[in-house]
Amino acid sequence: MSLTKEQVLKIADLARLDLSEAEVEKYGSQLSSILKYVETLNQLDVSSIEPTAHAVSVATPFREDVAVQDETLEKSLRNAPDQEVPFFKVPKVL
Amino acid sequence: MTELYDLTIHELQDLLKTKKASSQEITTSVFQRIKSVEPRVQAYITLTEESALAQAKLADEKISSVGAQFIAPLFGIPIGIKDNFLTEGIKTTAGSNILNNYIPPYNGTTVQKLLDAGAIIPGKLNMDEFAMGSSNETSFFGTPKNPWDLERIAGGSSGGSAAAVAAGECFASTGTDTGGSIRLPAALTNLVGIKPTYGRVSRYGVIAFASSLDQVGPLTKDVMDGAIMLQALAGHDPKDSTSINTPVPNYVEGLKKLPKDLPLKGWKIAIPKEYFVEGMDAEVSKATQEAIETLKRLGAECREVSLPHTQYGVPTYYILATAEASSNLARYDGIRYGHRKSDPASLVDLYKKSRSEGFGSEVKRRIMLGTYVLSAGYYDAYYIRAQKVRTLIRQDFEKVFEENDVILTPVSPTPAWKIGEKAADPLKMYLSDIFTININLAGLPALSLPCGMTQSGLPIGMQIVSKHFQEEKMLQAAYAYEQATSWSQMRARL
Repeated sequence: MSLTKEQVLKIADLARLDLSEAEVEKYGSQLSSILKYVETLNQLDVSSIEPTAHAVSVATPFREDVAVQDETLEKSLRNAPDQEVPFFKVPKVL
Repeated sequence: MTELYDLTIHELQDLLKTKKASSQEITTSVFQRIKSVEPRVQAYITLTEESALAQAKLADEKISSVGAQFIAPLFGIPIGIKDNFLTEGIKTTAGSNILNNYIPPYNGTTVQKLLDAGAIIPGKLNMDEFAMGSSNETSFFGTPKNPWDLERIAGGSSGGSAAAVAAGECFASTGTDTGGSIRLPAALTNLVGIKPTYGRVSRYGVIAFASSLDQVGPLTKDVMDGAIMLQALAGHDPKDSTSINTPVPNYVEGLKKLPKDLPLKGWKIAIPKEYFVEGMDAEVSKATQEAIETLKRLGAECREVSLPHTQYGVPTYYILATAEASSNLARYDGIRYGHRKSDPASLVDLYKKSRSEGFGSEVKRRIMLGTYVLSAGYYDAYYIRAQKVRTLIRQDFEKVFEENDVILTPVSPTPAWKIGEKAADPLKMYLSDIFTININLAGLPALSLPCGMTQSGLPIGMQIVSKHFQEEKMLQAAYAYEQATSWSQMRARL
């Protein structure tokens, strides 16, 4: 299938990406050819097949809910683009 | 005379134990080599010479105090770390501009295990951005060159991990493999690359790409080193909920106990016919056929089998991996870490501009594809269908393993290609992983090992696949082959 410009813009919005005109054009055609290629999966009858989420199945592991000190506040904030201990700072949005 | 940087881990271990070399001499040899070849190879994003030499000094002091004979296999040996492994206090970028200044507050489990085993970290290795690529050309930090031909790619996504070991800039490295990212670069640079069973090695503290497929493993100069590295990395980790709590065998002992005469007597090796297809490079095909003959001489019975859903692996992978990536990469929003756009017009604008400036074009393309296949109205048609095809691919392997010990295939349809050759066509690039991707979908362990050279001197690799958690089997088969041949003793000349 071929993606329309509106579809490409919709996907970009959902993915929180801002695309240039040239990118909309480029991704539109590249994604269309990739989607056309993945449609080869439609050749298979999978109506009676169970989906595989993980190839090696494992039950959810449980542990005791005990509070531990993992990282210090300062360490955790160190990589923030902007911070003021004990907070992440963000621009005013309202 | 052979230089120290050309040796293997097990050879260095012998030198350390007999006090013929010190960790400081070994580490210095590596940094001298880096100074001489790194400007041409570009394997590293970050070098940590000062802390590495300090680590080496401590290692030598410890060797003096406890006695050289008691040291662990990786003790005092420089091991390069792919730049998507979190390293406390050392910049970790995942090859992306969005993490250009990220300094992790802790070590991931596998990095900590290597440090606890006494390994020395010389630096962080170049990689495709967020491990998305087959040639390491999507990195924000440039493309590592193949030490066998500097005009060619070293493979991806663990391109720096491969180039550095092949060039003598470290003795082994860590990699991650989501669709072939350890095995492909290993094959293109004459190394042994191991992708363990899904769940065998902890991913805690490794930057996620596609969580149902990602697995950590080593790149080394030979099979014995691969066994030594896997031993150090493997094991259950309560911090990774997909880590499986099952005993880890002694891989090194497993290799040593292999009989000298007809080591593979009684082994059944499956050769899937779907992996010998038209369009495959003639020299790769010939090298693989010759390897099969060698395995037969070693006692193995090689027989043709069928994995009928092979051709559906790449499309299945590009639905599942991109879907998972679009979700995993949602965390890069410019709030808690990573790049942030200044002066945004709104909150959504902050997210969009930060992400658009931070991510490169392949990452954006995959996020877009993953977002689309998960979006309302398309989820069943793409995502659920791909998960069902994944079941068929997994069952193909299960059936073959009912009657066979290991599976043998090529790793890459071609030897290393020229830089830029496939970069403009994403689909063409995706097909480079055609022989490795299904292994990830099935969660199986596989390794890549050297099995030949082209006329023009480019390495060729083959892949050996085992049943779940039977890494020792593929290591044994690979070791038997390696002992009978000399490919993995060849070093790139720079």
